[in-house]
Amino acid sequence: MNPSASTPLVASLLDAPPPASGIAWLDEARRENRAAFAAGGLPGARVEAWKYTALRGLAQRRFAAGDAAAATRDVDAAAFALPGVDGPRLVFVNGVFRADLSTAAALPDGLSLQPLSQALRDDAEPLRFALSRAALVGHVREGGDAFVQVNAASATDGVVLRVAAHARIAAPVQLVFVGAAADAELAWHARNLVELGEGASLELVEHHVGSGEQAQLVTLVGDFVLHEGAQLHHVVLQNAATTTNLIRRSGLRLHARAQMQLHVLELGGALVRHDLQAELVGDGAQLHTRGAFMPHGRQHVDTQLAIRHQALDTTSTSTWRGVASDRARGVFRGAIVVAPGADGSDANLNNKNLLLSPGAEIDTKPELEIYADEVQAAHGATVGQLDERSLFYLRSRGIPLAEARALLTAAFCRAVLDDLPSGALREHLSALLIAQLPA
Amino acid sequence: MLKIENLHARVEGKEILKGLSLSVNAGEVHAIMGPNGAGKSTLGNVLSGREGYEVTAGTVTYNGIDLLQLSPEARAAAGVFLALQYPVEIPGVNNTYFLRAALNAQRKTRGEKELDSMQFLKLVREKLKVMQISDELLHRAVNEGFSGGEKKRNEIFQMAVLEPQLAILDETDSGLDIDALKQVAQGVNALRSPDRAFLMITHYQRLLDYVVPDFVHVLANGRIVESGDKSLALKLEEHGYAGLGTGAAA
Repeated sequence: MNPSASTPLVASLLDAPPPASGIAWLDEARRENRAAFAAGGLPGARVEAWKYTALRGLAQRRFAAGDAAAATRDVDAAAFALPGVDGPRLVFVNGVFRADLSTAAALPDGLSLQPLSQALRDDAEPLRFALSRAALVGHVREGGDAFVQVNAASATDGVVLRVAAHARIAAPVQLVFVGAAADAELAWHARNLVELGEGASLELVEHHVGSGEQAQLVTLVGDFVLHEGAQLHHVVLQNAATTTNLIRRSGLRLHARAQMQLHVLELGGALVRHDLQAELVGDGAQLHTRGAFMPHGRQHVDTQLAIRHQALDTTSTSTWRGVASDRARGVFRGAIVVAPGADGSDANLNNKNLLLSPGAEIDTKPELEIYADEVQAAHGATVGQLDERSLFYLRSRGIPLAEARALLTAAFCRAVLDDLPSGALREHLSALLIAQLPA
Repeated sequence: MLKIENLHARVEGKEILKGLSLSVNAGEVHAIMGPNGAGKSTLGNVLSGREGYEVTAGTVTYNGIDLLQLSPEARAAAGVFLALQYPVEIPGVNNTYFLRAALNAQRKTRGEKELDSMQFLKLVREKLKVMQISDELLHRAVNEGFSGGEKKRNEIFQMAVLEPQLAILDETDSGLDIDALKQVAQGVNALRSPDRAFLMITHYQRLLDYVVPDFVHVLANGRIVESGDKSLALKLEEHGYAGLGTGAAA
């Protein structure tokens, strides 16, 4: 047994009995994952994937399983209103679906959108494959899946979203995860399954908000499957409470000529970790990721991309910006593999980082492995500070120092939001980004 | 308007200005000429408040206030403008947005009402016409991908919009071909007024053919070693800087 298996965190997560669904195969899967987590515990610092994100502090905490009062907690809907995002919406409060806050009554043709809890009650069988551990999209990394096991053992809700073949959904769908203030330190989980049929298209906004003094531990595991020619534009706005420890894992599988655009803005949270594992399994599939992480205070934000090109003429571009201030820490790892046979692939990754305070730190690690022919690949990473010449230039024109810093930092992050199709959302995200900057 | 007395300044521990004195009145155009390394750019940077320039002695009084106590942005709001020798490229910041932010920040500091986007656009259109600059420049990021001439013209355009009282042009003529030089000069001339003073720092006499100065000063070894009218510039053109500051000024 791993010595970390005996930490207060692990003990508290194993404290409550696993939730019983009454579905034999699901309960079995939960028990298996719980046993695997109990045996393996948390990944230690020697595990490469967790080298820069120490779990020592988190390991000493205890979190109560779920929130008994989640169904009745008072939540201000204004907290998750987004301009230009007015389609169907599912809202989860401390991991529990809230019909009263959601708007999913009249769905457009071709869109099926349900909370996982409801989908399991209606007809669990179609979910069996996706919810069994082995079927999770993405390749399993050594020691990196403790939180995936916790999620598989504990998540009772989340989103099941399907777009029928050739259906083009115009209104953006919003998924809101609210961490609401509670009396205790809570752990809660969500499991999302998103599938776009052949030639389908969708815009999906995943939105994390929260408030409260009490720490939370949240795990979210999402699978995204895009069938041939499907197009998904996925925006993640992570504005969780600064007391929330948020561990996310996204598994992406893109079939032939499928296209996915991902825009991520990491603003909130205490310890934030996002593992994105993408497999481009069909010829001509395209994945374009853009993201900014802006840790301040004592925040720790870790993004890990693992993109595998597994078919001919696949394309991936990744443009990520990190801005750290105060004593915050950012971590970025961008690993791209062009597998044997993925000839003609094009992979481009760049990560630029800005340190606004002497106590801030960002570790970045681009990795590129190419086993195919006629591949175009480029990757680069930098860590620097605001250019003194530019700052002086702005000030010499009358712009005060704080405003000049904000202007330059926003400009630095611009590449991330520039190609967001919705102007209203782009402006809103841009304003949030500027508001995040230290005064 | 501007009175510099016995100014000493250091850069990276090295004394560059060694007792510079100069008086500039409203409406006057002063040319500061001198060889490389004389301290010309240091003077411009010290006056605009750039970090890394340490004033060790002397005073700079601008409209009765101690200029050296002010931050760069406060100097700008007080009407001091520096056209940089090497204007900085700022990708991601739109030229118009930048200029409006600058103008409104200055107006706010001065207690004036900020301009809304319509008012600002109107002002910009007027200035574009005077400067003969295409409005395509406005839609690009600040100086990004601009040619050398475009960057210098953009500096003059910024000056036109910000309407400073004291404009310091640091080698604005360097690196320009004759057509670009004429355009820049024409822009400067359009801004000459009884209320405004210019300090033109230049290595060559060439610019002064197009912007005729009231006074010419020779800066050598950190001090003004000779002052005169525009004929001094012609003399320098003929004889070079060699020999100046040794006996000529005495």
